[in-house]
Amino acid sequence: MADPSPSVGRPLPRSAARRLAFGRGRYADDLRFPGLLHLAFVRSPHAHARIVRIDPAPAIAAVPNARVFTGADIARVCGPWQASVDNLPTLVSPPQHIVAVDRAAWQGEPVAAVVAASRAEAEDAAAEVVVEWEPLPAAAIRDRTLDADAAPAHPELGGNLSYATLIRAGDPDAALAEAAHTVEGRFSFARHTGVPLEPRAVIADYDPGEGTLTVHGSHQAPWHQQDTLSRHLGIPEHLVRVVTPDIGGGFGIKLHIYGEEIAVSAVSRLLGRPVKYVADRMESFVSDVQARDQSVSARMGVDEDGGIRGLAVDALSSFGAYAAYGRPPVNEGMMTIMMTGGPYANGHYEGRLRIAFQNKPPSGMYRAVGQPIACAVTEQLVDWAADAAGIDPVDMRRRNYWTDEACPLTTPGGIGIRRLSLGRCLDRLVAMMDYGALRAEQAALRRNGVHRGIGVATFLEMTSIGPERYGPAGAHVSTQDGATVRLEPSGAVRCVTSVVEIGQGTHAALAQIVADCLGTAPQHVAVVGGDTALTPYGGGAWASRGLTIGGEAAWRAAQGLRQNILELAGSILQADPAGLDLAGGAVCDRATREARITLAEIGRIGHFRHDTLPPGVQPELAVTRHYVPDAVPFALANGVQGSSLEVDTETGEVRLLDHWVVEDCGRIVNPLLVEEQIRGGVVQGIGGALFEECCYDGEGQMLNASFADYLVPMAAEMPDIHVGHVETPLEGTALGAKGAGEAGTVGAPAAVLLAVNDAIRPLGAQVSSLPVTPESVLTAIAAARA
Amino acid sequence: MQEFADIALTVNGDAVARRVETRQHLVDFLRIELGLTGSHLGCEHGVCGACTVRVDGAVVRGCLMLAVQADGADVWTVEGLSDTGEIADLQQAFIERNALQCGYCTPGMLLTAAEMLEAGRRMTRAEIRAFLSGNFCRCTGYHAIVDAIETAMQGRFGG
Repeated sequence: MADPSPSVGRPLPRSAARRLAFGRGRYADDLRFPGLLHLAFVRSPHAHARIVRIDPAPAIAAVPNARVFTGADIARVCGPWQASVDNLPTLVSPPQHIVAVDRAAWQGEPVAAVVAASRAEAEDAAAEVVVEWEPLPAAAIRDRTLDADAAPAHPELGGNLSYATLIRAGDPDAALAEAAHTVEGRFSFARHTGVPLEPRAVIADYDPGEGTLTVHGSHQAPWHQQDTLSRHLGIPEHLVRVVTPDIGGGFGIKLHIYGEEIAVSAVSRLLGRPVKYVADRMESFVSDVQARDQSVSARMGVDEDGGIRGLAVDALSSFGAYAAYGRPPVNEGMMTIMMTGGPYANGHYEGRLRIAFQNKPPSGMYRAVGQPIACAVTEQLVDWAADAAGIDPVDMRRRNYWTDEACPLTTPGGIGIRRLSLGRCLDRLVAMMDYGALRAEQAALRRNGVHRGIGVATFLEMTSIGPERYGPAGAHVSTQDGATVRLEPSGAVRCVTSVVEIGQGTHAALAQIVADCLGTAPQHVAVVGGDTALTPYGGGAWASRGLTIGGEAAWRAAQGLRQNILELAGSILQADPAGLDLAGGAVCDRATREARITLAEIGRIGHFRHDTLPPGVQPELAVTRHYVPDAVPFALANGVQGSSLEVDTETGEVRLLDHWVVEDCGRIVNPLLVEEQIRGGVVQGIGGALFEECCYDGEGQMLNASFADYLVPMAAEMPDIHVGHVETPLEGTALGAKGAGEAGTVGAPAAVLLAVNDAIRPLGAQVSSLPVTPESVLTAIAAARA
Repeated sequence: MQEFADIALTVNGDAVARRVETRQHLVDFLRIELGLTGSHLGCEHGVCGACTVRVDGAVVRGCLMLAVQADGADVWTVEGLSDTGEIADLQQAFIERNALQCGYCTPGMLLTAAEMLEAGRRMTRAEIRAFLSGNFCRCTGYHAIVDAIETAMQGRFGG
């Protein structure tokens, strides 16, 4: 940045926290709408079944004010959609009705919408809707979905394979054959989901008078919703407005377009009344997008001295019944084969991917998309290879990182790397952990039968993905963000942004950036967003892009306003704007730093006293700028995580003792916010490592669709998390910030998995399925003893 | 299908009398009938703690208690405890430590933390974590929340 920054870089608390901590949050379900109707869905109890008949009469008899809309009723207003990717023409995907018509393809798929005066009455009526089903065989076991005799998830497709691809570089077969040591494993990553504490919620209000549709919803990408609603309901886009109030967590789950949410708008359009739907928790478990769900076979070959020679992975990924509509749906699997091996110098690579349908909820993007899988596979192979070569795991990593001299480069998986800071991150992590002392303590405790484990995992984090990914795919998703920055008459500043605030604190960080550009303090900058009618167009909150893209847009807008303020000040002061600067809430002399005129005076004259300005001067005290990442296709963050834990070999229980992260997200605008993003991300990663799994039986019935049964990390099981930073500013941007929202989730599963295996290695046991459970640990130990 | 009952109770210090559906749970009553939307619903089956409120001096799951069961009770929510200033130090610690992100779990966390403070002594981090084990937070990873509660305990009880 041009100016030394008094506020960027400081750990400032955010003003929104004050509101939320006083119970003054305004989430979608808190909003009040006159004439509101409530909607509940009838959902399929079968994973796969034909709908023979739907009889709404008993529902109306029970609740006379209720209305029932079947899938066919809704299809008259909004037809089916089909996930597609323009630049992946071989992708197979079936059309999906927003409410099922004729056939349901997963347990929980909506088959009718019921509207009544209250949610309770809507549920009363929904319970009385009679649906006659003809159950069909279900594809419900991931690793068997591609078998010749597997039941088809969609009979008309003729098979369950949706997409297959192969990445090859160098000669991996020869490299692996010639390696001094080869290690291999078969990994499994369970299907899990994002579990934002606030469920998905939407209120759609179609006004037949003006033909406008206003939607308030808990959503990360309101523009994506606006586009979808306009195109699929046939309402001109300028008459569709999507507003996001406070959002109770998203993590990617609320990034997607859901049939339910579009159906609520369709029903509002049919009735000309505002209609609300809020998922309850049981519904969330069977209707929110689910993620991960892969099996991966992987092999690594290394030299005598531990140098990596070659790597091969073969991943089977699952879509559920449908690929989530509207965004490139293959990313979970593609990230696995593109990112595996990423941090390490290697020229011989094969990544094979198949993606198959199952009769389970649609798969979509959940925090860190595929990268936790790539990271866990890579890091476990590196640990096993280090063991085979007799090298300490930390030394093994340091020996194999891409060197500074090798950069810029493109990895065999296809990841462009400009610059990394892995060696510095590792040095810092080892110091923070006191790695040598931990190893000594581990050895001492082992003599007493205590099984401690240490895991050190390197990660790359692809953030702020730019136009290359979404443009050629044909997705109606903007990779740009925008901001308007305006000087108010009092000298205070307003920033209107397309960045959606979902709790990360991005709006607070934008205030810091704008304040620095304008020589004022963050508390004099108000940031608002979350309304597609009023803010600049943008992408929203996903791919850890808020500051890298939205921050850059705000910086550019504030720089534009700064220039306009200086020019107006030049006219008022009859001074050369080039000799003026902004500092301390005033225009000052650039050389002497002497204050010449306050921002408040500029605001007052610029808005109220045009009569005093020289002829021809047109004050322009609001500036809008957009930014689309142009220097690099994505901002690649990196770092290292460490885990220390203890395994009880009698119960199989894993007790987390400590966790460390050193990450490099470029320029840190607010360390208080960044560190909590890291910590929160780590704990979600630990959830995937030790607890979280959508458990299904062989018929496609989810067995643990409640908070009592689906385990999430709670406070008592979580360790303290120590965070350190290395700052390598992103090249080609003024701000230099990279994303930080997913780093914790990318690396934590690997660190924990490695630590568990480090703990049980002396017993000859190992695990390679996540989540690691007491049962899987005990099974592994028993197998080793047998 | 619908049955109603008259209830009279005290909510945040104010006397309240309403006719309610007998099946309505306490937090729906607070949110829908009284507009006290600071208490949230995360699961409606008594696990996540987003609906935590104080009834007759003890924190309860507002989703596991029916409104009719609160007849005659003294109910406090985050709005009331904010107004009285009883949890001002906790709130300040949460804000300064950024111990909340989306804020959805925060009112429940604060109510639980307030009960922790009633023990009248500093607790270890492990004790704080155990006390919080009925309140789910998906954003923070808990570390900052534990820090903030420690800070508030230090402020009240020294040391």
